Amino acid sequence: MKSIAELEAIRQRTLDQVNLRREHEGTRIVVGMATCGIAAGARPVLLAFMDEISKRKLLDVTVAQTGCIGMCRLEPIVEITCPGKEKVTYVHVKPEMVARIVSEHVVNGNPVEEYTIGHAAE
Amino acid sequence: MELFRSHVLICGGTGCTSSGSAQLLARFEKLLADNQLEKEIKLVHTGCFGLCEAGPVVIVYPEGAFYSRVKVEDVDEIVNEHLIKGRIVQRLLHHGSVEEDGGIKALDDVDFYKKQKRIALRNCGVINPENIDEYIAFDGYKALAKALTEMTREEVIDTIKKSGLRGRGGGGFSTGLKWEFAYKSQNEQKYVCCNADEGDPGAFMDRSVLEGDPHVVLESMAIAGYAIGANQGYIYVRAEYPIAVERLQIAIGQAREYGLLGKNIFGTDFSFDVDIRLGAGAFVCGEETALMASIEGGRGEPRPRPPFPAVKGLFGKPTILNNVETYANVAQIILKGADWFASMGTEKSKGTKVFALGGKINNTGLVEVPMGTTLREIIYDIGGGIPNGKKFKAVQTGGPSGGCLPMSLIDTPVDYDSLIAAGSMMGSGGMIVMDEDNCMVDIARFFLDFTVDESCGKCTPCRIGTRRMLEILNRICEGKGEDGDIERLENLAQNIKATALCGLGQTAPNPVLSTIKQFRHEYEAHIYDKHCPAGVCKKLLNYVIDPEKCRGCTLCARVCPTGSISGKVKEPHVIDSRKCIKCGACMEKCKFGAISKK
Repeated sequence: MKSIAELEAIRQRTLDQVNLRREHEGTRIVVGMATCGIAAGARPVLLAFMDEISKRKLLDVTVAQTGCIGMCRLEPIVEITCPGKEKVTYVHVKPEMVARIVSEHVVNGNPVEEYTIGHAAE
Repeated sequence: MELFRSHVLICGGTGCTSSGSAQLLARFEKLLADNQLEKEIKLVHTGCFGLCEAGPVVIVYPEGAFYSRVKVEDVDEIVNEHLIKGRIVQRLLHHGSVEEDGGIKALDDVDFYKKQKRIALRNCGVINPENIDEYIAFDGYKALAKALTEMTREEVIDTIKKSGLRGRGGGGFSTGLKWEFAYKSQNEQKYVCCNADEGDPGAFMDRSVLEGDPHVVLESMAIAGYAIGANQGYIYVRAEYPIAVERLQIAIGQAREYGLLGKNIFGTDFSFDVDIRLGAGAFVCGEETALMASIEGGRGEPRPRPPFPAVKGLFGKPTILNNVETYANVAQIILKGADWFASMGTEKSKGTKVFALGGKINNTGLVEVPMGTTLREIIYDIGGGIPNGKKFKAVQTGGPSGGCLPMSLIDTPVDYDSLIAAGSMMGSGGMIVMDEDNCMVDIARFFLDFTVDESCGKCTPCRIGTRRMLEILNRICEGKGEDGDIERLENLAQNIKATALCGLGQTAPNPVLSTIKQFRHEYEAHIYDKHCPAGVCKKLLNYVIDPEKCRGCTLCARVCPTGSISGKVKEPHVIDSRKCIKCGACMEKCKFGAISKK
């Protein structure tokens, strides 16, 4: 170890990996992963979210799964909660929609209206 | 960058390892592989979480689900339900971690952790101790960088002095002062040693730090080396701590690879390396001069002081020796400043202290609390009180060098000076809780038996004096106590305290003195009434059958190994006390509660 910068680089690099274990208030992405969700293809969606988040190095975002929400016909369902904002629910999510949701909603704070449950119901 | 959606932390401390956590890890590994979840879920083998009572412990993030007493067969359910479907397995959650509405409390809100403040243990159960990167992510080696590049040696010593940090191994001497003495000793070669020869029965905080956060010890030793001008450190650790030794070895290897130990650390002209020396488990080797003699390859025997190690220590060179827990505080103090540390605790005892809770207590484990927390808070609020509705009798602090404190002193704040004033001591932080079933004479005998075994034999007061005391105690417990025995014990104790060579001998009589002081009536009952009030001392016990309650079922007569119970079927039985060996088998078997100890 020859410099503090080197130490800091290791710290930053590893921080991403241990962030989950620290107390932090960040965006939470919850993917419905009950039998209905998995059958409708929730797993590729979940993986796509994780890929996108690690690509963009978004430190404050956690990806979690949850059970059946009760609207099995709308699966895969993804709920995104940004700190201090209402929860937004996306339905019929496909892996190819993930990049757009992350860039517009998670990064820039503008939910993608056309994918949300409100839009689908109309 | 690897990103995981979930981290599964499995305790790899000695407590949880002995209750099977390694098998849990293997099962998790297999199931994650079977379900192709390895890229989504990270398994982390951590150090001790502290709540050893509930082990093996598994924590799943981001939910923070705290699973306790997990068995191998439970792993399938955790993987299938929690990790795949996101449904927390309620039945395995630790009872204290569930909200009234069924939600999960944050770990800090669980009763066991709520009153704790984890500084020395801050990384234990959080990081993977075998991965230096994780330690660095939690600000590891930042303190060393700060000390080497921003602070002078004097400033480092000054910060430690101002923080008020006192040695956590027992004596409670100011760490900063110790460093200053060694700094002022002129010599080309100096040494930094770490005392990891944790010998007190029931204390295991040093082991937990070494197992859960080994790098903090290396970092702090390097800081100490910089401060006093040493380039070599030794960790003296007992060979009975195989997991701690292994993780230390891994840590030293990783630190060398990163150049955090070795030559020209952080590009400065400071060089420092650390080696491990294994102790063979002699209690006296926790005494500083004996420890150094052992590192030098000699017999682990103490020598008179002065000269103190800061002047003439290891290999005759100026040396500082600090305990593991002391080092666990050093890096944090450098990083956050003396004022931060001094803001916690009492006037003369700063910071926090780790205690190993054991004995008759619900939450056996490791707790770290600010100095000045009362014994009551530790035992009842954190420790969860005494099991089976029994009554608290005493708490033993300070191991074989400490004393017993009764109910009347339970509101004593825990700090160096209050404990000494109350007739005990901080010691290394063992805290053994006793209930009404513990005989205080027997407890004193237990600790003295330990020190007699562990006496190195170099000085007469300790070698012979403690043995004479033990003989008197044995006599008392066997019902052969005589008038004047208590005074004889007190007299011997005072002489040993005044004349023994090292700390082991000087403190060996403490358990006897403190139990005589607080529980003199129990000694008197043994000596004059030939009666053990707690019903522990076998020779003073008589098992009797209550003829009113006995139905003559003959079960007791059948289980008695010596055939000392006689009687006809359906008629009250009697025990022949001359043949009875007081094993208690009859009392255990009696369905009518007719047998009692008197």
